[in-house]
Amino acid sequence: MPDTNSRNSSKAGTGWLLKMAIRDGKASSKKLALFMASIVLGIAAVVSIQSFSNNLKENIALQSKSLMGADYIIDSDQEPNEKVLSIMDSLGGPDAREISFASMAAFPGKEVTKLVRVRGIEGNFPFYGEIETEPAAAARDYQQKGAALLDATVMLQLGIVPGDEIKIGKVTLPVAGALKSVPGSSSLFSSIAPPVIIPHSFIEKTGLVQVGSRIGYNYYFTAEPGLDLEKFDQKLDPVLDANKADLDTHKSTSERLGRRYENFGKFLNLVAFIALLLGCIGIASAIHIYIKEKLRSIAVLKCLGATKKQSFLIYLIQIAMIGLIGGIAGTLLGLGLQQLFPLLLEDILPVDVQISFDFRVIFLGILLGILMSVLFALYPLMGTLYVSPLHTLRAQDNESRRTGLSGFLVLAGIFLFIFLFAFWLLEDWKYSIFFVLGIIISFSLLAGVANLFMKAIKKYFPNSWGFIPRQSLLNLFRPQNQTLILVLAIGIGTFLISTLYFTKDLLLAQASLDEQAKSPNMILLDVQTDQQLAVAETIKEQELPVLENIPIVSMRVESLKGRPVSEIREDSTSQVNGWILQHEFRTTYRDSLISSEVLEEGEWTASNPGTGPVPISVSNNFAEDAQVKVGDEVSFNVQGVLLNTVVQSIRAVDWSRMQLNFSIVFPTGVLEEAPQFRVLTTKVPNEKTSALLQQSLVQSFPNLTIIDLRQVLTLIEKILNKISWLINFMAFFSILTGIIVLIGAVRTSKYQRIRESVLLRTLGAKSEQILKILALEYLYLGILGALSGILLSLISSQLLGYFVFETSFVPSWVPFLVLLPGIILLVMGIGLGNSLGVIMSPPLVVLRKQMS
Amino acid sequence: MAKILSVQNLKKSYHSGSKELTVLEDISFDIQERETFAIVGPSGSGKTTLLGLCAGLDQPDSGSIELCGTLINGLNEDQRAILRNKKVGFVFQDFQLIPTLTALENVSVPLELRGDKNAVKEAKVLLEKVGLGDRIHHYPSQLSGGEQQRVALARAFSNRPEILFADEPTGNLDEETGKKVVELLIELNEESGTTLVIVTHDMELARKTQRILRLKGGKVMETLNV
Repeated sequence: MPDTNSRNSSKAGTGWLLKMAIRDGKASSKKLALFMASIVLGIAAVVSIQSFSNNLKENIALQSKSLMGADYIIDSDQEPNEKVLSIMDSLGGPDAREISFASMAAFPGKEVTKLVRVRGIEGNFPFYGEIETEPAAAARDYQQKGAALLDATVMLQLGIVPGDEIKIGKVTLPVAGALKSVPGSSSLFSSIAPPVIIPHSFIEKTGLVQVGSRIGYNYYFTAEPGLDLEKFDQKLDPVLDANKADLDTHKSTSERLGRRYENFGKFLNLVAFIALLLGCIGIASAIHIYIKEKLRSIAVLKCLGATKKQSFLIYLIQIAMIGLIGGIAGTLLGLGLQQLFPLLLEDILPVDVQISFDFRVIFLGILLGILMSVLFALYPLMGTLYVSPLHTLRAQDNESRRTGLSGFLVLAGIFLFIFLFAFWLLEDWKYSIFFVLGIIISFSLLAGVANLFMKAIKKYFPNSWGFIPRQSLLNLFRPQNQTLILVLAIGIGTFLISTLYFTKDLLLAQASLDEQAKSPNMILLDVQTDQQLAVAETIKEQELPVLENIPIVSMRVESLKGRPVSEIREDSTSQVNGWILQHEFRTTYRDSLISSEVLEEGEWTASNPGTGPVPISVSNNFAEDAQVKVGDEVSFNVQGVLLNTVVQSIRAVDWSRMQLNFSIVFPTGVLEEAPQFRVLTTKVPNEKTSALLQQSLVQSFPNLTIIDLRQVLTLIEKILNKISWLINFMAFFSILTGIIVLIGAVRTSKYQRIRESVLLRTLGAKSEQILKILALEYLYLGILGALSGILLSLISSQLLGYFVFETSFVPSWVPFLVLLPGIILLVMGIGLGNSLGVIMSPPLVVLRKQMS
Repeated sequence: MAKILSVQNLKKSYHSGSKELTVLEDISFDIQERETFAIVGPSGSGKTTLLGLCAGLDQPDSGSIELCGTLINGLNEDQRAILRNKKVGFVFQDFQLIPTLTALENVSVPLELRGDKNAVKEAKVLLEKVGLGDRIHHYPSQLSGGEQQRVALARAFSNRPEILFADEPTGNLDEETGKKVVELLIELNEESGTTLVIVTHDMELARKTQRILRLKGGKVMETLNV
């Protein structure tokens, strides 16, 4: 009778499995430490970004009141009408009010002028947060003293000290102090128009509030305790909208701001996640080799009575423990790294970020560490299931026993996890699928290139080459070679960095000024019609050209296709975009298209034929948002006068060009007599001429606003540099992870290299020859990985240029001249650095070491 | 005495490309409890395959194997593993110690697998018995070949097996060390009253057993009483 006892399960429990995992792991700690390092950086990158984003979001929410300075604001770009005033009265009246506009400021005694944002404030604004000044008392008494607070950077740049004077329009005021921060002014854009705060009572006296000026009216309120701002906003905003005013609560504003930064954070997180993925691929490859080395031990364990499940679990626990330790180490590193971000991003952050530790992020980091390492190690780990105990008696081939299904399931699990992670970040399943597809395509392309290269070498093996280059090529095919994983690691890292470089190029190219052409670099706004000749004369006196003299007429949409705006606004089914109904359009009239415009539909009309509605041309985005086609009627309210028009043509406008573009263009012969102002443009050759022209213009025409586009460009470049620095920082994690994967891969195949070099040396090869063989091997790997990464980035940048930025992409040579050789040298350095000990030792020493 | 191993009409073949290679054919024999038994034959005669089948490391194509009262043909891999843990011991030509475990850990694994709470204590006693009391915390790579095989012997006897299979136990050792290991093996075997099955091509070692089965070309040539 068979002994049924033998059917009982093994008695060793979880405790023993854990003990075995630790025992075995202790002896393999060096190898396992490298696997762990592969994920530490990826986790650190994800955790640092995630934690910083959370901190930023929380800080914005916490500081929302001091960001706005009040509980809510009612604002408008025109003087509020009766209805808005009565609403404000019913709310108890504003606690403070402000009129703001951009203007040129002069500094008597100094030969400079500067574009500034004038904020005329009345009342005890801000009610939350504070106006920070130097001296601090200036913020408290500038109102009584009738003085101005001037942006601290401008004071420093122009050498202005408290007590000096500032001239705005017709008013000259003493500067009470340097303005360091004020609610409602973002430091990001203040370098174009730095803020100047003056008492509200002086605004009128400046003489700058006139027709055509772009004036902002802000009314600040503090709310009754317990007021539900969300409901309040929902109730009041539509009414205010209809009266060309707007309500912003501190909550909605901070949420909007938070979302903007959150999106950027999410993008960075995906970049960081790619570093983590790269590390995980490194783990998968290393575990594959690791398990191969463990096959005999597993067979022995099975011989001694361990079940399939037990031997599988021992190694699974081991990997999960590595993931746990890696997750903890990565999380700690990430939490440390995020302390750097506020320093790096100082100028582009809206609030002072106080770093705190978020337990959700710590949990995320550790969980990611365990999940990712287990998931990616699962397929190679499954090899333990197929090890026969017979392996103790003779070598067996276990690979063939695996089923394709298990591999497919593991792969599906991995992609599902990547998708879920992306979905968690992006909250959009379409983008998440694109992200997964992008990953699959990039990785497959790189893997394809590596495979193709290997096949090509096999097929066209250069038999005529000398021994050293031939041997180094052969090394790429050695059993358990790491060619594929190395090409992937090097390729993805290079791909990320060079794509980011090209993208920055694309963005800058789009914003840059065309130096060759006669494109203007100085724009003069708010030129009154009666000033245009004198202004043009002043420009010409400096021997500068007047490139354009563009008339601007402000108007609002009154009706679309015969339906009044008020009716469309109330129609909840209307597809018309809200901004069309509210916006004060600045339109122009001319007889021809300009270089940034292409006619898409209809016919261009140069001058008004004089009968019927006026034929106008609209931009394609206006047509889409207003739901109008060629032939549709649109009527405008031109400062109280109704004007009926018909859409005669639709234009595609390149808004990214640094020039004045318009949604609505009238033919000549209609608006010439309407109230209007002018925009003049010129091109100044250098900063000195620019300063001189600005001075003489401001002296004679204090109402002008002058924008030096070169300054704008410098700012854009500064912002892009900051952002790209951060993106590069994240991509750097990928490169670092790539390096660790590289070191891991080199170490994993170390024994094979030892065996080979010992054999070669026994046969009489010199150290120098062995060194050359290895150097060439890493050179091939470096070239293959880095070149495929850069080529892949060329394709992706081309696609980005075509689909996202809608501009043609001309690659720069920098990635080829700097990145390519840099990465190749790095690969060679790491490869040789890790093999040097082997090469330099005498064969016997190496053999002994190998034995042990 | 009762039969501990009964092999009837055993056949085993492997596929080599499109060809079928018969390694063992029509093998039948019985081994009694406490008996010592040697399987001898030239290289390629099927000795190791036979040992693997008898110990339940592999499945025969046909025929039956009853080991310690259990018909092992019908058991799956895990059931056979548990049977091995309870009733079978092994000694291999190349020792097959787990390189990442110390001598003590290697010996205690079979006991731990059974859930024996005194595993470490018992393993220490065994290691002292084979003369390695002072090297219990050494890893296999820190031991000589003879020492490794002594650890393997301690491990083989640690779970007090009813039957012990030894595959060329002296094959990787020099003559002198080999002799010492054989002496130790026989001593431990007598002490524990375990059935011993040795696969060897060393006739001197085979003659130390009670019965010899001679294989050639996968078939039993003769069975000799020593």
